[in-house]
Amino acid sequence: MSFFSFGQTAEIDIVLNDAETRKKVEHKTEDGKKDKYFLFYDGETVSGKVNVTLKNPGKRLEHQGIKIEFIGQIELYFDRGNHHEFVSLVKDLARPGEMAQSQTFDFEFTHVEKPYESYTGQNVKLRYFLRATISRRLNDICKELEIVVHTLSTYPELNSSIKMEVGIEDCLHIEFEYNKSKYHLKDVIVGKIYFLLVRIKIKHMEIDIIKRETTGTGPNVYHENDTIAKYEIMDGAPVRGESIPIRLFLAGYEMTPTMRDINKKFSVRYYLNLVLIDEEERRYFKQQEITLWRKGDIVRKSMSHQAAIASQRFEGSASSEKALSQAKEEDD
Amino acid sequence: MSEATVADTRRLNSKPQDLTDAYGPPSNFLEIDVYDPQTIGVGRNRFTTYEVRMKTNLPIFKMKESCVRRRYSDFEWLKNELERDSKIVVPPLPGKALKRQLPFRGDEGIFEESFIEERRAGLEQFINRIAGHPLAQNERCLHMFLQEESIDRNYIPGKV
Repeated sequence: MSFFSFGQTAEIDIVLNDAETRKKVEHKTEDGKKDKYFLFYDGETVSGKVNVTLKNPGKRLEHQGIKIEFIGQIELYFDRGNHHEFVSLVKDLARPGEMAQSQTFDFEFTHVEKPYESYTGQNVKLRYFLRATISRRLNDICKELEIVVHTLSTYPELNSSIKMEVGIEDCLHIEFEYNKSKYHLKDVIVGKIYFLLVRIKIKHMEIDIIKRETTGTGPNVYHENDTIAKYEIMDGAPVRGESIPIRLFLAGYEMTPTMRDINKKFSVRYYLNLVLIDEEERRYFKQQEITLWRKGDIVRKSMSHQAAIASQRFEGSASSEKALSQAKEEDD
Repeated sequence: MSEATVADTRRLNSKPQDLTDAYGPPSNFLEIDVYDPQTIGVGRNRFTTYEVRMKTNLPIFKMKESCVRRRYSDFEWLKNELERDSKIVVPPLPGKALKRQLPFRGDEGIFEESFIEERRAGLEQFINRIAGHPLAQNERCLHMFLQEESIDRNYIPGKV
């Protein structure tokens, strides 16, 4: 806002065409707060309108051009000045000239590639946003609309279990097993710990989920570890031959999919840390990486609708109509 | 919850436990008692010794039962050996109580009953904590401290 000009200023508003129907998701901001943003997937078209409203009626707005950009960028907190843009699209809305009255401009970015998932971390942020700009000689007028992108995967073809024997010579030997190596965000980790040799006095055992965010390259690599979960799986002293079961539901924890070397800038990886604690508070642990992936919700909706249709074949029409209307309610 | 596939949360198969393992004595039996303080000598040359009795079934210890007499400076020697030779963080010993050794005290100083009891408890906690450490169990100095009649301060340090 310029206090010394008596010229014209404008307000910009970006509105998506499918704002009514598009799903919104919660996403953490840099200061830890949670906000809701429109959710997009890779390949989806981003279209809408840019409303430019003149503030002082009767006066004209001189400008050097109006444009809208769709940007995907990575921001490393220790290097704020440099934004690494991996997606950068622009559409010109108006050539340099004058605006006599408020105007609305349509825009469409067709089938936009959104290769990575939106991520706000401890030392790095990856975000997508629309930015409308009215260029002017002295100061531009800008408006941004942030969106969130999720990357989806399907059930991996190969998903072997993790099974290993570890220990300290002559003191402690265990065999641990986790049923898969790749888990989706609402999956369950099913496993077991089998004790082969116990010559120390164990007090209890827990399993932790650790998130490791790696930023930087070469000699400047920085790891930030965060313990997302601590889950006690055994209280008391085990002996040889005992099996302790593990059943850990991941849906209760805030996690992202595993991100490996995103645009060669950062990684986010997850590890299961099995920790045994003895009577003197000494800790024995074994860390194992797991791959997390995001499963789409889309399948769920059509399945319940299909299930309702299928029930028509076996039950009377009254109950199947109820099932169909229930399925429709779930979809909405 | 209308998931296409509900996650299978059934337990993984496991080997049934051998009953002798389930009901037999555990393989981690290790108990060390520090007791029976005896003050030996007269006048200024007095010192207190404690009996250190160990019972264990850990194969790393040559004797399953042992009983030796040790004094406070022997515990200090063990702590120093472990701090020098092994990578472990050695737990603290009960205090040296130098103030108690000054003259003109109203009480018996370091031969005061309550002090000896306090020290005994501290030494017992110390030795139990260190003897259970897998890395300390590899050190010759620990075995010599627990199971040999007297400590040879000219021994060759090393691993068992």
